[in-house]
Amino acid sequence: MGHTKHNPIVRALFNDDDIVLDAVKDLRANGFSVNEVYSPFPIHGLDEAMGLKRTRLSTAAFFYGLVGLFFASWLTYYTMIVDWPQNIGGKPNAYWFVNMPSFVPIMFELTVFFAAHLMCWSYFAVNGLYPGAKAQNPDPRTTDDHFLMEVELEGDEAALTAKLQELGALEISKLEE
Amino acid sequence: MFEFSSKTKQLAIALTVVGAILWIVGFAMNGSSSHEADHGHDAHATEQHAEAGHDAHGEEAHGDAHAQDSHETAHGDHDHAVHDDYPGEAHAAMIESALTHDAHAEHEAHQIANRPWSALYVAAIFFLGLGLGQLFFLGIQYVAQAGWSAGLLRVMEAQAFAIVIPLIFILIISFLGFGHIHHMFHWMVEGIDVPGHPNYDPIIAEKTGFLSPLFFSIRAIIYMVGWIWAAKMLRKNSLLSDTGDGVAMWKKNRGVAAAFTVFYAVTSSTSAWDFIMSIDTHWFSTLFGWYTFAGMFVSSFAALILITLYLKGKGLMEWVNENHLHDLGKFMFAFSVFWTYLWFSQFMLIWYADIPEEVTYYMQRFDQYKVPFFVMLVLNFLLPVLAVLSRPAKRVPGTVIMAAFFVLVGHYMDHYVMIMPGTVGDHYGFGLLELGAILFFAGMFIYVVLSSLAKAPLLHKNHPMITESKYFQQ
Repeated sequence: MGHTKHNPIVRALFNDDDIVLDAVKDLRANGFSVNEVYSPFPIHGLDEAMGLKRTRLSTAAFFYGLVGLFFASWLTYYTMIVDWPQNIGGKPNAYWFVNMPSFVPIMFELTVFFAAHLMCWSYFAVNGLYPGAKAQNPDPRTTDDHFLMEVELEGDEAALTAKLQELGALEISKLEE
Repeated sequence: MFEFSSKTKQLAIALTVVGAILWIVGFAMNGSSSHEADHGHDAHATEQHAEAGHDAHGEEAHGDAHAQDSHETAHGDHDHAVHDDYPGEAHAAMIESALTHDAHAEHEAHQIANRPWSALYVAAIFFLGLGLGQLFFLGIQYVAQAGWSAGLLRVMEAQAFAIVIPLIFILIISFLGFGHIHHMFHWMVEGIDVPGHPNYDPIIAEKTGFLSPLFFSIRAIIYMVGWIWAAKMLRKNSLLSDTGDGVAMWKKNRGVAAAFTVFYAVTSSTSAWDFIMSIDTHWFSTLFGWYTFAGMFVSSFAALILITLYLKGKGLMEWVNENHLHDLGKFMFAFSVFWTYLWFSQFMLIWYADIPEEVTYYMQRFDQYKVPFFVMLVLNFLLPVLAVLSRPAKRVPGTVIMAAFFVLVGHYMDHYVMIMPGTVGDHYGFGLLELGAILFFAGMFIYVVLSSLAKAPLLHKNHPMITESKYFQQ
């Protein structure tokens, strides 16, 4: 995904998730760098095996939630206390804080709304997913029952090919940059 | 295989003995120090008036309460300037028509005399929750056919046995109430449903169909038998599976767990009404049962985490890794939020509707129990949420232990704020009695849990999903 690739890429196709997972571990242990794995479903432990950095999306979500919380506080303060004070059920409306419990549902909902929506849009933006975006899938079979691995070729091509075959790759192809 | 070393055994026994001694000393000293009797009355009166906004609101509700109460015997002269009692409080009806000095003094004396029993009762309910929550969770593992937790079942089984001793104490304390040794439960007072009797209370008289000593005892014994039966059966089949057919025993346990889950669905609510809500006899809340259950459930997760990490720290349970810890942390986090959700649902509806017979419950807690009330909310919601919100935090023992500690302290305080206002009014505190009661039950909890952990291997041999648990990945 948008990496600048200096070395040629070798693509290997597999037909089992456990084999892919073991292959990734094996390759990385032997000094190869696995750039990408395409899979029809999430494979447990793959991100760890590939040495991917932890996503910062959850940290962003926390702050999006805070924004929602502050927005809801401001919204209830402005609409219910400042702009048009309303007496509902005899609740105190002179100060925001004394009437705060009745605003908690709004604060909760907007926190969730902001966190969920902004996280979703952030995810799309970071991954370049917009309407009409071209699929970045090298092989359509990876949406069905196959798994494709992209390995960076840094040295001996024959050694890598032999290794991949030994690890159970069904097809191996080289992609020149 | 875990070995309950004699050193740890001595520590547990020492905790129990020291706790008992502290409680007895506290019992002997209770009420003798005059500052206890004076505590708070003046202070609370001024505090109430200091808060203009709150006070106006409070007085309004009081006024309403009296309008409403006028059909009751003679609450008429009940003077709030003199006595900051609450109409909904369990003892309110003890102050009869003319609130003479004697009646007032008697009421105060009752509240002070209740404190040792209440201290014991709060600790008993808290430690009951630590066992009961895990008994239910153990049942859920079988009903839901969960595989990830198979390596933790022995800890849950051991923890489930911790319900026995607190249950016995709860029964003893309620039976002492029938004998009028203490006055924690106002509905147990003599002549409460006899018209014309000085203790007559028409509201409680309507409730005596449910809250009668006989029916209460029958229910309490049914809970006890049902819960302990489930704990024993689940344990028995689990031990049998080690030597026999794991799948057959697992299936048997699933049957037991399914029956228990249904039984517990009803009894978790009714036991909360009986053991806790009936203290504030005039007051009621429809979601009180779930609220109590949520508190017990989350604190039992905290205990499960601490026990598991203790065993892991001893070099046992090497099959439990950060993935299991992550899931336990998630459960604790989720139910701490769930508890808050129920707490707030109960609070906000009552606060918003402001119906006198309901709102008295919170008015008393706001006025007299402000500090424990708000500290408990911070401990039970804010701190655990911030501590274990992120994924990495749930996979590190340090942060999870910290959150578990917050939850345990917070839920002790939650039970304290549920029980104390109705039994001792503003004569509360945290002294020898409360500390002694906690140590007393903590010692027995440690003894029961660790000795049953030592009786069997910590890992099931033939559980059908034990391999899944070992290779569980989060």
